[in-house]
Amino acid sequence: MQATATQTNPIISFKHVNKIYDNGTVGLKDINFDIPRGQFLVVVGLSGAGKSTLLRTINRMHEITSGEVLVDNESVSDYKGKALRHLRRQIGMIFQNFNLVKRATVEKNVLSGLVGYYPTWRCVLGLFTPHDRKRAFQALDRVSLTKKLFSRADELSGGQQQRVAIARALMQDPKIMLADEPIASLDPRTTKAVMDTLKRLNREDGITVIVNLHSVELAREYADRIVGLRSGELVYDEPIDQVTEAGLNQIYQTKPEA
Amino acid sequence: MSTPEIPQRPWRQRYHVSAIAWTVTIVVLLILSSMATGANFGMFLANINQFTVLLVQMSHPAWAYLSVIIQPLYETIQMAILGTTIGAAFAIPFSLLAASNLVGNQVLRNLIRLFLDLVRTLPDLLLAAIFVAVFGIGSTAGVITLAIFSFGMVSKLFYEVIETIDMGPLEAMKSVGASKVTIIWYAVLPQILNQFVSYFLYTLEINVRASTVLGYLGAGGIGVYLQRSLDQFNYSATAVIILATLVVVMVIDGVSNHLRRVLL
Amino acid sequence: MQTTLSKEFAPRSLWQRWCWLIWVAIIIAIYAWAIGGLQFSGLQSSAKTVSDSIVKGLLHPDWAYVYNGSGEDLSSLTIQTLAIAFLGTIVSAVISVPFAFWAARTAHERFYLRSGSGKVILTLIRTFPEIVLAIMFIKAVGPGSYAGVLAISIHSIGMLGKLFSESLENMDRGAEEAITSAGGNAPQVFVLATIPTIMPEFISYTLYRFEIAVRSASILGMVGAGGIGTPMIFAIQTRNWPRVGIILLGIIVMVLLIDTLSEQLRKRLI
Ligand SMILES: Nc1ncnc2c1ncn2[C@@H]1O[C@H](COP(=O)(O)OP(=O)(O)OP(=O)(O)O)[C@@H](O)[C@H]1O
Ligand SMILES: [Mg+2]
Repeated sequence: MQATATQTNPIISFKHVNKIYDNGTVGLKDINFDIPRGQFLVVVGLSGAGKSTLLRTINRMHEITSGEVLVDNESVSDYKGKALRHLRRQIGMIFQNFNLVKRATVEKNVLSGLVGYYPTWRCVLGLFTPHDRKRAFQALDRVSLTKKLFSRADELSGGQQQRVAIARALMQDPKIMLADEPIASLDPRTTKAVMDTLKRLNREDGITVIVNLHSVELAREYADRIVGLRSGELVYDEPIDQVTEAGLNQIYQTKPEA
Repeated sequence: MSTPEIPQRPWRQRYHVSAIAWTVTIVVLLILSSMATGANFGMFLANINQFTVLLVQMSHPAWAYLSVIIQPLYETIQMAILGTTIGAAFAIPFSLLAASNLVGNQVLRNLIRLFLDLVRTLPDLLLAAIFVAVFGIGSTAGVITLAIFSFGMVSKLFYEVIETIDMGPLEAMKSVGASKVTIIWYAVLPQILNQFVSYFLYTLEINVRASTVLGYLGAGGIGVYLQRSLDQFNYSATAVIILATLVVVMVIDGVSNHLRRVLL
Repeated sequence: MQTTLSKEFAPRSLWQRWCWLIWVAIIIAIYAWAIGGLQFSGLQSSAKTVSDSIVKGLLHPDWAYVYNGSGEDLSSLTIQTLAIAFLGTIVSAVISVPFAFWAARTAHERFYLRSGSGKVILTLIRTFPEIVLAIMFIKAVGPGSYAGVLAISIHSIGMLGKLFSESLENMDRGAEEAITSAGGNAPQVFVLATIPTIMPEFISYTLYRFEIAVRSASILGMVGAGGIGTPMIFAIQTRNWPRVGIILLGIIVMVLLIDTLSEQLRKRLI
């Protein structure tokens, strides 16, 4: 462990991570790999391969059954209460269905990314400081949506809603950004806008980005590195300059080496 | 980093005008309502012991009373069945006339719908009180009340079903010159029969519940005994009646729910 | 038509062919039992004159009763009826929220003990006749509108609690998930995600329940629980048909107005 820490100082590392759901489904099987700081990592695999499960073990939205997940060289498994919330607030997460409060304004949605930094009573009363309001505006500026500051979230298109979700995650000032199929319900053009935004955050702010994708083409276009899952197992792991068509196809084989 | 100034929200949004207006309206209405009704929570607490005495009595049901109320319980179900049937029978022609895909005449249709809307505004107990005055105390008043009540409800449910039917077979029969009655019999009825029966059963459930209290105003069934026991402060009998009613309602609900699942 | 006919007469098994007969027999038996069991009072000898005077009375409503400044006239009592319904509905909506959380099934729950027990309680409340509740409250707080408010408050929990818990079960958990993943604690998730997501549906159900409560409030007076029902039953018992006519008219107008208003509001919510 010391060796890896001094070698690359990974921001996240998986050590023999297993996840078995309550109903016996195997979600993850002995996952082992490190993610260096600042990487743009894309996870690919068939539906049901365990991509969402993998992503959600990082911010403990899912519990693992055995093994260890380290964030900044600290095991996150025993975090509870405040410690867990502090872990989560430095990890932004965006979702396939955007998960906005549809009937609230864009500004409210973006500000709600601050929950981890605000005492409960101020959230309840909606008392956000002018400084944070300004930050919300700047976050929206980064996703080019300032015009929509006071629109209701459900009045926006899918791509715009996803960008609001990114702005919300930005309010957390995250070191890591997790994106679970962020473009699955978007058309090609908005897809590009969202992926470009993620890429820019990765390059400009040095945020480590981990994205689940279905599309191999997009993965090749944006990733620094691609990992592939099949039935909960890590079956592929290559930096982008060594990714080959043949290698990728192997991820999608239903019957492994049979 | 130079960013443009944050735009200001319009003042209506900034000061949450509509949210505040709604809150104020509701609070004012609440205050006015409590004044109009003399609602006073303290009074309820002051009288809470009377209420608990009542509850204590009710928690000792006089099971012997069960034999007395079996017959009226049957009567209640019989009233509900007959009332619902009569109401549904009248509802069929009205719902056919109120369905926009069968009747082109908009004036007629709207008139019928208005009539149905009016019928539906009448609370069942009110009808019961009037029919007791006309037909005297007994189950006749109850059956007629339930018939009118179900008529209003079933008509609406029925015509909404009819409006969802597939017009294909209907058009086909029209093109070969079939009469209106033939069309309804062969092209409309088969499509809606199951849903009709399902709604009929649903209305029956509601009517069984309703019929248990109609008797309170003299319209027959178990409600008569409910009123009697309450008037005589015989709350342990009241408890038996309520429990028995509960069982009947749940059994009927269960049977009807099962039948409806089978049908649909 | 040819095809449907031939399908109709396609050969079927004996059981299939005669199954319907059993159903017919059952239905006939039920109706025989229902009709045979009831004693029809038949028309009273006075029924003709009574219905004549009813029709006459209903056609000549007692307009003077609409407003006479006594505070016991149609307009004041209609307002009182609406007040009973409004207060009862709001109180009930507030009480229904904890009941809804109690009865809503959640994914992590084992054997559904909590939600199951909540559902049973709500069913019991729903089945307990509103009129009986009203009478019980009259014994406790005396006759008048307050008893009506209490009856509606309690009885409505049965239905509102059920509707609320169902919308909790079916609600979109996405926003809650997002706030949790941003480091929010339980109260923050509740305030920032759960409430704004679920509120419109709760309000819409409450409005719907208000429509029903207006009907209830207008009859609860018949047993002494305030509102327009009290003069109504009195007028019926004293055969004051013109008065019955005007009260009926008042109830119809009130119910129609409230239904329309509430429907408009509900449409704007969704
Ligand atoms: N809450 C759960 N309970 C039980 N099994 C689950 C649960 N969530 C996911 N699974 C199972 O775990 C496996 C991995 O699911 P996961 O959602 O991680 O796949 P995925 O790769 O994200 O698929 P998709 O591309 O469809 O999103 C699947 O077989 C799935 O059925
Ligand atoms: Mg997934």
